[in-house]
Amino acid sequence: MARMKFICDAERCIECNGCVTACKNEHEVPWGVNRRRVVTLNDGVPGEKSISVACMHCSDAPCMAVCPVNCFYRTDEGVVLHDKDVCIGCGYCSYACPFGAPQFPSQGTFGVRGKMDKCTFCAGGPEAHGSQDEFEKYGRNRLAEGKLPACAEMCSTKALLAGDGDVVADIFRNRVLQRGKGAEVWGWGTAYGTAQGTKS
Amino acid sequence: MSQRFILSIAAAALTLGLAACGDQPQEMNGAGVKQDGAPYTGVGKSQYAQGGWNVGDKTSWEQQLKARAQYGQNDYTRMSK
Repeated sequence: MARMKFICDAERCIECNGCVTACKNEHEVPWGVNRRRVVTLNDGVPGEKSISVACMHCSDAPCMAVCPVNCFYRTDEGVVLHDKDVCIGCGYCSYACPFGAPQFPSQGTFGVRGKMDKCTFCAGGPEAHGSQDEFEKYGRNRLAEGKLPACAEMCSTKALLAGDGDVVADIFRNRVLQRGKGAEVWGWGTAYGTAQGTKS
Repeated sequence: MSQRFILSIAAAALTLGLAACGDQPQEMNGAGVKQDGAPYTGVGKSQYAQGGWNVGDKTSWEQQLKARAQYGQNDYTRMSK
């Protein structure tokens, strides 16, 4: 199997925030933490473009490179995950990430920065699959349930695609051919290290 | 007296010399991170588990996700030509 990938089709995203809501609901993400969010460029101007942003599970992840306690790991499916029992909440990963994916919940009376939280591609974390511990720390493990990430499956316009890289790339390529425009894939080159999505 | 002094010096030297033997390894090799199981091993008996694939069979799991991606996300295959 190829690696798991996200693609956001900016030609289709209508800024409904359905992906954000699906994610927060599926994983019961606390207030102040947004594993996924929708960013709109040129908001209010004709031709504005919206994109859904979360961890892109980079092929050469900068967060992994800078983590001082080495709490990140990559699964065989290419999903970048981390161990919250090892994370010290230093925040280096949030400075390194080009997508602003790492989130830090406020904890305690004085709002001390907690351990890092981010999109898991609905793959849980290093706890027993489907266990209560896994759900409380990382959220649901939909991949082990035989499903794809909730954000993409709930996307009303199917702007957000998730799954096997070969499959989602084929779906997107077919779309571009059918409509005859919109070949730029936001974040693809940054996250996956190819020239796709950049202007020649 | 001098024998006790020499013995105490030797004991102190041994204590200092072997102190590092009790140190925990601090190499950054990721050994502290727990190992995650493969997703195709499933979530066990769960009301959320999706049927249609064989738990523990990697190929079956991959086919399930590919089929789900096509059916759920590729609207061109579902619309009439």
